[in-house]
Amino acid sequence: MKILVCISNVPDTTTKIKFAEGNTSIDTTGIQWVINPWDELSLTRALELRDDASTGVKSVTVVHVGPASSEPTIRKALAIGADDAIRVNAETSDAWFVASQIAEVVKKEQFDIIMSGIESSDYNGSMVGGMVAEFLGIPSVSAVSGINFDNGQPVLTREIDGGKEVVSVPVPFTAVVQKGIAKEPRIAAMRGIMMARTKPVKLYEPVGGEPLTRIVEFEKPAPRAACRYIDAENAGDLIEILRNEAKVI
Amino acid sequence: MSVLVYTENWDGKFKKLSFELVSYATGLAKMAGTSVTAVSVGKVEEEELKKLGTYGAGKIINVTGSQFDILDNQVYTSVLADVAQQENASVIVFANNNTGKAVAPRLSVKLRAGIGTGVSKLPLSLEPFTVYKRTFSGNAYAHLIIDTAVKIITLAQNSFDLAETENKAVIENREMAVDGSLLKTAIKDVQKQAGKILLMDADIVVSGGRGMKSPDNWGPLVELASLLGGATACSRPVSDEGWRPHEEHTGQTGKIIAPNLYIAAGISGATQHLAGISSSKYIVAINTDKDAPIFESAQYGIVGDAMKVLPKLVEAVKSKK
Repeated sequence: MKILVCISNVPDTTTKIKFAEGNTSIDTTGIQWVINPWDELSLTRALELRDDASTGVKSVTVVHVGPASSEPTIRKALAIGADDAIRVNAETSDAWFVASQIAEVVKKEQFDIIMSGIESSDYNGSMVGGMVAEFLGIPSVSAVSGINFDNGQPVLTREIDGGKEVVSVPVPFTAVVQKGIAKEPRIAAMRGIMMARTKPVKLYEPVGGEPLTRIVEFEKPAPRAACRYIDAENAGDLIEILRNEAKVI
Repeated sequence: MSVLVYTENWDGKFKKLSFELVSYATGLAKMAGTSVTAVSVGKVEEEELKKLGTYGAGKIINVTGSQFDILDNQVYTSVLADVAQQENASVIVFANNNTGKAVAPRLSVKLRAGIGTGVSKLPLSLEPFTVYKRTFSGNAYAHLIIDTAVKIITLAQNSFDLAETENKAVIENREMAVDGSLLKTAIKDVQKQAGKILLMDADIVVSGGRGMKSPDNWGPLVELASLLGGATACSRPVSDEGWRPHEEHTGQTGKIIAPNLYIAAGISGATQHLAGISSSKYIVAINTDKDAPIFESAQYGIVGDAMKVLPKLVEAVKSKK
């Protein structure tokens, strides 16, 4: 069994976002780029499954759609433990384009489980995993917080309103994963970083696929009114204010 | 142009979220001078369906069929694509919740329809079709143009006010079926908590962070939430420590919520936490550190120890009921 983990290259989550070119793009000066947090958790779980001989998972490949400048993020995924990587050499536009490229990769190289994070911390789209599955005509399971194996077959836990469902789907499928899939992201060890330098990164050129959407402008969220302080000794006054002024209770 | 809105039901009932979606779709239809069709899948009583009409749906399609008992993403995508084509829909609206995230992206590919997710306002313009969407976990918003003839929107929760209208809705029952080979999801087990207000649905959320100091100190926090008819939540360190269950973690990698009132007790307000709560209408911060970043996002603040402040709030709610 082979797992493919889709990884997105995003600004570190503590980055203060600034705009450039008349608010039409993001100012990338000084930004630290990292693996999208959900993708990092996916990768961690995929590696745990590979390292457990009872699952039958033989390899973990990461795929990224992006220009050569995102190579450090791919190397980081290899340092954490992925066996190999694929990069589709393209400037990313929208999720539809990215998903169509990943689907092309899967058509060329067979994978059984395709994992992607439930969203990326930059465009918060929540789309790529489901789109890849539809391009390929295979099942997808969303809001996945657990993947385990039962007699060599994957079993997924998905979050539903007010609880969880344990479901199974036949391979190949895509799993759109969220919190809970792995406890903490795996960290690269020195040996992993050394080994990552020599692990293969296969390069594909993009195939067709015009984006369907485009961002034309960014803006900052509306600023909130200044905080009004209530004395801790008379904390009970807050209830009065919430009831009569804010009218939220 | 016509607007189709998918209204999910939970055991045959709609939620406030469903009415928000219909209100939004109605606002959009007004802009475009067209009407709204709501589509519901699964068994829902007529009395319940009629409620969607109150918020402006002119037609309500009630799809039933044995294939729709469980959520299989391919099956739902297929049936909704059929309805969208039958109704000649040009804009399809979903909630930006688990089901919306599971089905809308697939439908985008199936119909070759551009999609804007996490939208929190009516379109900024119809020509070109420009939506306003959350990016960078709430640190920026984007104007996104959707260039295709059919468009899909997922609406951010609690971002649009309910609007009732004088309206007569037509209910149409449709027994439908899709290609049976698509149904591949098998449910092996379901674990559900009954009778609890769900974090995602709650108008009021009381949340605790590391400032609560120990898992044994949550009594007043839980009591306050219960007195206010709200839900409880927590920050990431608290769920990582196992003080509270993972389902309660709000923040960038946890749940992203938008209640009317969010009370943050002993939470400093790291960027990652704010990413999960910044769309709340009102934020109350309780923290011993007056320089904690949470106060920058809060409308009301109390500088003090949550363990002393929370019991006072409980007392105040009880005495002024």
